[in-house]
Amino acid sequence: MINHDFIERNAGVMGVLIAIAISFGGLAEIVPLMYQAQTTEPSPGVKPYPPLELAGRDVYVKEGCYNCHSQMVRPFVSESLRYGPASQPGESVYDRPFQWGSKRTGPDLARVGGRYTDQWHLMHLMNPRDLVPESNMPGFPWLADNKIDPDLIQTKLRVLQGMSHPYTDEEIAAAPKVVEGKSEMDALIAYLQLLGLSNNGRDKK
Amino acid sequence: MSEVTYNDTVVRQFSIMTIVWGIVGMLVGVIIAAQLTWPVLNFDIPYITFSRLRPLHTNAVIFAFGGSALFATSYYIVQRTCQVALFAPRLAAFTFWGWMLVIVLAAITLPLGMTQSKEYAELIWPIDILITLVWVAYGIVFFGTLTKRKVPHIYVANWFFAAFIITVAVLHIINNLAIPVSMTESYPIFSGTVDAMVQWWYGHNAVGFFLTAAFLGMMYYFIPKQANRPIYSYRLSIVHFWALISIYMWAGPHHLHYTALPDWAQSLGMVFSLILLAPSWGGMINGIMTLSGAWHKLRSDPILKFLIVSLSFYGMSTFEGPMMAIKTVNALSHYTDWTIGHVHSGALGWVAFITIGSLYALIPKLYGKEEMYSVSLINTHFWISTIGVVLYISAMWIAGVMQGLMWGAVNDDGTLTYTFIESIKATYPYYIVRLLGGLLFLGGMCLMLYNVWKTVERKEMIETFTNTGFKKLPVEGATA
Repeated sequence: MINHDFIERNAGVMGVLIAIAISFGGLAEIVPLMYQAQTTEPSPGVKPYPPLELAGRDVYVKEGCYNCHSQMVRPFVSESLRYGPASQPGESVYDRPFQWGSKRTGPDLARVGGRYTDQWHLMHLMNPRDLVPESNMPGFPWLADNKIDPDLIQTKLRVLQGMSHPYTDEEIAAAPKVVEGKSEMDALIAYLQLLGLSNNGRDKK
Repeated sequence: MSEVTYNDTVVRQFSIMTIVWGIVGMLVGVIIAAQLTWPVLNFDIPYITFSRLRPLHTNAVIFAFGGSALFATSYYIVQRTCQVALFAPRLAAFTFWGWMLVIVLAAITLPLGMTQSKEYAELIWPIDILITLVWVAYGIVFFGTLTKRKVPHIYVANWFFAAFIITVAVLHIINNLAIPVSMTESYPIFSGTVDAMVQWWYGHNAVGFFLTAAFLGMMYYFIPKQANRPIYSYRLSIVHFWALISIYMWAGPHHLHYTALPDWAQSLGMVFSLILLAPSWGGMINGIMTLSGAWHKLRSDPILKFLIVSLSFYGMSTFEGPMMAIKTVNALSHYTDWTIGHVHSGALGWVAFITIGSLYALIPKLYGKEEMYSVSLINTHFWISTIGVVLYISAMWIAGVMQGLMWGAVNDDGTLTYTFIESIKATYPYYIVRLLGGLLFLGGMCLMLYNVWKTVERKEMIETFTNTGFKKLPVEGATA
């Protein structure tokens, strides 16, 4: 422990050694993922979110849905029975931020797209207990009154295009028209109906 | 040695605000616990809906309550152990007002639905920039004070505070790298799996450095002080310090077991999480064994009870953590309320207990009093909180294991045994017990506020600490 005496006498040396000690974990676990095709290439059929669905995704984030709903089907029989095929890394390459979640107070939503009708979602989001009496999910009735900002969605698409999400210039130009007059409720339901659709094991019949 | 007057104004400010934010943060916790039990309490009002308040609860208890406690104690400890006043006192004052501004902005923006959704990093990008400025100022004050110290060695508590300040800066900046699309919204530069890994590298080490390393710094000062005994083992503190800070950084992937994160990363996370048990328990043993020859003090000193029981909870949750990081166990525990129980055995049992104990030791000194207004109230606080934590975590353990088993149950004919809503129905009774535990803990904090108020209120003289002892200073207005 003779050498530690030297470290204890030099705040600068201690600071540098701390910085070195803490850097390996992140470098080893994060950097390789950025170059691994498995995590960076989209799964077949996975495309960047269309304007309305993207706006809906931002509503999902804003309202904090991730606090109670995961979007990650784990590779267990019971999960596949309940939710569908296990989630693949290529399904979330266009997710900024990722929405895998950490707690299931409600069920997983990774493959909820197409499982219920738009009308079901609308009623459920207005007051969940109208459809599921034992549910402890809050209602989100205000979403029906809030409108999506058409100009902002264009900015968002442009920023995402800059981060190499393959949007075409035509899509970006047409985006404000797509969301014009739509409510946050419309957008959120559109987003939910898209979730996991490309690999849910239900469309291959 | 010339006389030095310590700068305790900022320590007093942060100490009092620790208690205030503790009560606010825990009150929000109690409210959201009630909302989970009786969803009608959301009242269809967006600003008080569970999903917007839950991040407010976590941010308030971690960064407002925990953060203020760490600012207060680190500023107090670094001055005493370096025998100098704080470096750059104006910058220290800026850290107080800046941190308070961050908290107020968080309390406004989160209920408005302004969030990045990354857990414990929800605050939007303009607030993230403010946090960075405050943190750099904190680093300058802390390391500046270390550099001008009058004692040759850097005391062990300061190693932990130093690691905490450096690491939290790195974590905060990297996890919040994002491109703004408006004043309140942004998209992170990482996406999908990489974003998930960055987030849980951040999230796990927010626990590891904010809620562990830094509070170990608190432990390394207040336990030896309160027990009036030297630290058990100098060698153990060296070994467990370096092991703890380097291994913690690898353990993040255990938050992503069985997700789409590639297997090699999950396996690394699991192995390092298991190894992490050793340095964690090194700290616990070093703290608890410091009481060698002074165990009898536990009978009469409720402050020491808080401090030692906090280490027991620390030992329990750092055993439970590695167990939950084993993939097979995690398959059952993940996404359930077991995780919530685990977090609270750490957050209430360890973080809050060590903070409460340290503040009870600190506040009389800061306000020139022999001891707290009422020692028996401290004792009452101790027992109320202990019962509260035990109710909370046992309810969540049972609920979590039950949820995991119900979700995984498959009938002989290959169909699921339970619908999801059946697992929610079965959980309601445990949510009520949890609410009760939380209420008890909150009640204890209110007792503390009263006790502190009565201690601080009747001040005729303020004793200012110097390196040669106390110095009585008349309080303005009190002498008139």
